[in-house]
Amino acid sequence: MQAKKRYILVFVSCAFLAYCYFGVYRLKVAPHRPRRAQHESAKDGGVQPYAQLPSFMGYEHRRPLSNDSNVAASAAGAHRRKQGSAACRMETCFDFTKCYDQFLVYVYPPEPLNSLGAAPPSSANYQKILTAIQESRYHTSDPAAACLFVLGIDTLDRDSLSEDYVRNVPSRLARLSHWNNGRNHIIFNLYSGTWPDYAEHSLGFDAGEAILAKASMSVLQLRHGFDVSIPLFHKQFPLRAGATGSVQSNNFPANKKYLLAFKGKRYVHGIGSETRNSLFHLHNGRDMVMVTTCRHGKSWRELQDNRCDEDNREYDRYDYETLLQNSTFCLVPRGRRLGSFRFLEALQAGCIPVLLSNAWVLPFESKIDWKQAAIWADERLLLQVPDIVRSISAERIFALRQQTQVLWERYFGSIEKIVFTTFEIIRERLPDYPVRSSLVWNSAPGALLTLPTFADSSRFMPFQLNALGVEPRHNYTAVVYVQIGAALGPNAALYKLVRTITKSQFVDRVSTEECLRKSQRLLMSCFHLQILILWAADRPLPLKKRWPPTYHIPLHVIALGGSARASPAAGSPTAQSGPEARPGISQRFLPYEEIQTDAVLSLDEDAILNTDELDFAYTVWRDFPERIVGYPARAHFWDDSKNAWGYTSKWTNYYSIVLTGAAFYHRYYNYLYTNWLSLLLLKTVQQSSNCEDILMNLLVSHVTRKPPIKVTQRKGYKDRETGRSPWNDPDHFIQRQSCLNTFAAVFGYMPLIRSNLRMDPMLYRDPVSNLRKKYRQIELVGS
Amino acid sequence: MTKCKGLLGIEPRNINTFHLKENILNILTYTLLTIVVICAIWLFCDISGHRDRFFYSKRDSVALDLSLSHTQEVLLRSDSEYRGRNVNCTFWDCLNIYKCEHDTLKVYIYPLQEFLDEQSDKVATTLSSEYFQILEAVLNSRYYTSNPNEACLFLPSLDLLNQDVFDKHLAGPALASLNFWDRGENHLIFNMLPGNAPTYNTILDVNVDNAIVLGGGFDSWTYRPGFDVSIPVWSPLLQQSSILPAHTTTHRKYLLIVAQLNLLPQHLRSLRELSRSASSAEQLLLLGACENRELTSRCSTMHHAKRWDYPRVLARGKFCFVGRSLRIGQPDLLEAMSQNCIPVLAIDNFVLPFEDVIDWSLAVIRIRESEIHSVLRKLQSISNVKVVEMQKQVQWLYSNYLKDLKSITITALEVLESRIFPLQARSSRKWNAISKNSHSTFNPLFLTSLAPKSQGFTAVILTYDRVESLFLLIQKLAVVPSLQSILVIWNNQRKAPPHLSTFPTIAKPLKIIQTRENKLSNRFYPYPEIETEAILTIDDDIIMLTSDELDFGYELWREFPDHIVGFPSRIHVWDNATMRWHYESEWTNQISMVLTGAAFHHKYWSHMYTYAMPGDIKHWVDDHMNCEDIAMNFLVANITNNPPIKVTPRKKFKCPECTNTEMLSADLNHMRERSACIDRFSKIYGRMPLRTVEFRADPVLFRDNFPDKLKRYNDIGSL
Repeated sequence: MQAKKRYILVFVSCAFLAYCYFGVYRLKVAPHRPRRAQHESAKDGGVQPYAQLPSFMGYEHRRPLSNDSNVAASAAGAHRRKQGSAACRMETCFDFTKCYDQFLVYVYPPEPLNSLGAAPPSSANYQKILTAIQESRYHTSDPAAACLFVLGIDTLDRDSLSEDYVRNVPSRLARLSHWNNGRNHIIFNLYSGTWPDYAEHSLGFDAGEAILAKASMSVLQLRHGFDVSIPLFHKQFPLRAGATGSVQSNNFPANKKYLLAFKGKRYVHGIGSETRNSLFHLHNGRDMVMVTTCRHGKSWRELQDNRCDEDNREYDRYDYETLLQNSTFCLVPRGRRLGSFRFLEALQAGCIPVLLSNAWVLPFESKIDWKQAAIWADERLLLQVPDIVRSISAERIFALRQQTQVLWERYFGSIEKIVFTTFEIIRERLPDYPVRSSLVWNSAPGALLTLPTFADSSRFMPFQLNALGVEPRHNYTAVVYVQIGAALGPNAALYKLVRTITKSQFVDRVSTEECLRKSQRLLMSCFHLQILILWAADRPLPLKKRWPPTYHIPLHVIALGGSARASPAAGSPTAQSGPEARPGISQRFLPYEEIQTDAVLSLDEDAILNTDELDFAYTVWRDFPERIVGYPARAHFWDDSKNAWGYTSKWTNYYSIVLTGAAFYHRYYNYLYTNWLSLLLLKTVQQSSNCEDILMNLLVSHVTRKPPIKVTQRKGYKDRETGRSPWNDPDHFIQRQSCLNTFAAVFGYMPLIRSNLRMDPMLYRDPVSNLRKKYRQIELVGS
Repeated sequence: MTKCKGLLGIEPRNINTFHLKENILNILTYTLLTIVVICAIWLFCDISGHRDRFFYSKRDSVALDLSLSHTQEVLLRSDSEYRGRNVNCTFWDCLNIYKCEHDTLKVYIYPLQEFLDEQSDKVATTLSSEYFQILEAVLNSRYYTSNPNEACLFLPSLDLLNQDVFDKHLAGPALASLNFWDRGENHLIFNMLPGNAPTYNTILDVNVDNAIVLGGGFDSWTYRPGFDVSIPVWSPLLQQSSILPAHTTTHRKYLLIVAQLNLLPQHLRSLRELSRSASSAEQLLLLGACENRELTSRCSTMHHAKRWDYPRVLARGKFCFVGRSLRIGQPDLLEAMSQNCIPVLAIDNFVLPFEDVIDWSLAVIRIRESEIHSVLRKLQSISNVKVVEMQKQVQWLYSNYLKDLKSITITALEVLESRIFPLQARSSRKWNAISKNSHSTFNPLFLTSLAPKSQGFTAVILTYDRVESLFLLIQKLAVVPSLQSILVIWNNQRKAPPHLSTFPTIAKPLKIIQTRENKLSNRFYPYPEIETEAILTIDDDIIMLTSDELDFGYELWREFPDHIVGFPSRIHVWDNATMRWHYESEWTNQISMVLTGAAFHHKYWSHMYTYAMPGDIKHWVDDHMNCEDIAMNFLVANITNNPPIKVTPRKKFKCPECTNTEMLSADLNHMRERSACIDRFSKIYGRMPLRTVEFRADPVLFRDNFPDKLKRYNDIGSL
């Protein structure tokens, strides 16, 4: 081979090798190596490409601060320096020291009559807000005890062109005795600003450091973690209860006539008009109905544009209510202000809101996850709206629509709920008040009915246990309420009752060792079946030896306030005088510390039940821990002749009440009964010394929206021989009827729900050998 | 590889033909040549083996090459216009949504550049290891695009993580010099340590203009809600350490550990006082810096200076204190979480990482700075159950969103994605995975109100060819008051269904659907013809149910619309001998299944059965022509954790004349097969979702000594 050729060959080879070397090297450091390869190279001791780079932070960024460091002091000060009401936060504009013990709200008294003798103006809605507060458990008449102050001046409508506009607010505020630049005050407002700019911050007075509970707030104006965005509600909005959501059926898939609907005003000119003016692009008359009108205000003819006539024609073809009920989605575009009535109306109708209101902070957005109940569109991308709503799956629609109803019923149905939700949001910011999780806020029964002070984990609540995948804790506490206190002997009903309880199969079902082992793992204390006697009778407590032997089952006897003659010597060691706050029959539902189990078995002293019945009811309760499960069923009905609710203990094909004379329920309801129910209701019970069991049923049904559950055949559950029972008194019955009506009035509606079923043991009365049956004693019990 | 071997085979022949030459140079040459050929082959194999990756990376490397040797230099003129940060930015006006009209979020990364000041030759920023990882994470994610024209968001390769390190007078012009900067529109600025001495702003002092700041130290004044994203401050100490397994509280000796070095002096003072007065030393462990000034060790501030490994020491405490320092975002938060220690935050107005999606109330304790002195009292009042729940949540959050820079970066982009495409956004339930243990569920039928009575139910009859019995059944069903319509599913392809005119004339609508395939799943198909919520699935030979029973069954379903409510019940039992589940049809005191031969269920379950059944259960059922009812029971029980509800004592179905249970007539083989189904399904679900109950539902006045006339449901009670 010629040398020339050879050298060329060598040169080419070298060049190629060189190329290979560098080229391959280049490929090697290329960033796109799969993760596994990277991992391997790391294992081989290969260096990650970033390892050769310095870290962004070193020791000097974390070293201890010198004690006298001016820097530290000034830095700490820098965060405090942000003053001014525009930058209010709870830490800077709120006095927590007023709220340490309780969260109480003070409402200023109405202003004095003016020189002409006229009462200062106040709109109906503001009156409703004040009434809701004054009749609630938040209310205090002592300004010194109050945490939050509510103005007596109507601030709802701050549109100076409106007839509800209250004048001279600044000077009125100045006259308030506790104003203090608004600190710890809350100001409710629905409308601010006026034509033509509808400025959001223009209230016509300086709210100072007061918390704004305001509708139509925008992201920029809301002071985060301080103000609360509330929904806009119309003038006829109910004070209490209010209409339920209008979704009655839960069909899948939800085939509504229209996919997306909107019917409303449009403004032709000015702020917020563009969005509604261009809605006609989306209207197709088939599944998308977008109809607007310019026919509003006095001078609409002068302002109209050339689409107005056509729009008005189309507008008149559709009925608003019909659209609302027959549409899957409802467009909620901004009006002059960001929020609109339509939002709540759509929510109630179960028409999923499609929001077209940029920068609007949705009501209670800090707590409510609106992603589960609404759809966002962007005003800038208006024409995408049809595609957006068409792309939503049937399952999603199904879930969204149900969630609209949950939210409507729990937070938005009435002015009372809106005000209370506002208060609860503020309350959760207080240092010592526990914060509810987003699951609690966004699922039934909602935050208003879940008192976080009861327990810090949802596990101890009766709700959502299935969703959490846990069961109620084992065993129950039998609470026997003694009103008559007949002499205790082996034949007395109470004596027999206690003996019955001690025979329960649940006494030994979970052995102590097993329980301890479990509790180690689950970090829970170990609970046993126990008996709690609430002695409310006038007679003295029986001596300890008089009680039947309960073996290892703890028996606590508590003498209630009413029985003054209860001598401590006679009682068991745990005897104590009941809390003095509310003596009376409601004491049977106090959340006694002795009750540690989730299940409470509430019994009257003269209840006659056998052990199998108790055990069976308990197993049923474990599957329905949020309901009352028990024996004595009663029913309510609407009496047309009297135009009132009726109460019956007759045998009927349905029932809606299970009396707490022999029933299981979750101990949380004791807490709710004592700490949540309106004082008006508790007073009714106390005055009549009756109806506490009916009230408990109303409460539980109000929380769950479900009927109670009756178990097995037994209907009569009282020992007839005891005699002298208040139950035999005819007045007693009439009283209960009137109670029921009072309760329904205070609740604002009738929470009770009827049921047709009762739960029996699986082989109940089946023609098989009794030996095969688990609950044999129940077979022997007639009705 | 076979291709490579083939090439190698040609090569020795080449060498042999020329081996006769004596010339040493030639030998050398050809040796060299051989090496070259081998190299070439090796290279070819290497490339062709990863062909896809090669071309992919080649395409990308055109746009972006993260190798450090290829940084461009850019000269900056310092006279460029200075514009501050736009504090009034919201998602609705500062983000150009028109750039994001594609279906997915796309992020463009600027190539690595080095920005030099024209006059002083000073470098604006130097790339840190952490920022490199962030860039790499974006580059390797599904969000990356190399095409700036299709990008929605832009990520400068300028490292602004720590304001102490970069020159803030140069960083601004450097940002402004970016090709697509346009006042920062749609740009992402990652920053973890904002502010400088002495003021320590909580936002970086660079003219980021309209850019979105993904910052680690926001307070609620500087954070623009819905626009900025709060991210955690990364700790370089966590770079090496792997995630610890969850420790239970049993190993955690201390209630609270304070190991943060740079706490504000006044806070440190109150903690010291607290540790002095703490009843036992086990409650509060106060650690300070050691002599060696290393971050990886901490020394006790009390009498004997014991040395502890950091952050491992945090695993000894239930709670870990994270307090305010000069900057409010501190890496101690992540360090505590990495050790599964529940952070106790005492930083007022601190915006927690990813606050708009993560529900931090489930994982951290927040106290106000002015209440540090009462922290122990507050922590003691927390129940053990809550502590365990929080620990699980801390671990879950850490391992899903915070465990490394990649997770943090991707989570930040997901947060942005959920804002820009709200339709695809996860709900807070999913973000916070409240379903942590395998038993937790989400019941899709959560509307609590009773189903409306007026609707009635649709009877879906699956039939093959038993026309006589079918007609009898239709006649019986037609008189049930709550029946709305009947749907006959004709599952026989060989034979056409009898003509509609031959069907019994009834007062209710009747429809017949002929199926294409003889599949058991056809009975659960959510036919559009079914207009009611409630479906009664019924076999064509179940003719013994009375009108009262069916009516009552429907009434019952209305009260439990998310349950399966039906008549034939079965139980599953664990057989200790075979270590398997066993299917039982004996009359027992318990049941766990209600067979869909005669049962009510919500139409939604039919939908779920057809489209969302886990694993291959549906195929398996269709192939084996069995167990569709068991599959339905598993499906509902798994989603809701609810037991089925058995209605009335009715027990005999297949042969009303039989005296004993149906075991006499039932085929043993059939039972075995069904036991196998239960075994198989429970393996697919990974658990046994079925729940056992001891009750059945009867009418209120069932077996009461009461005039029959006044009872609503009389004809109930026979077996």
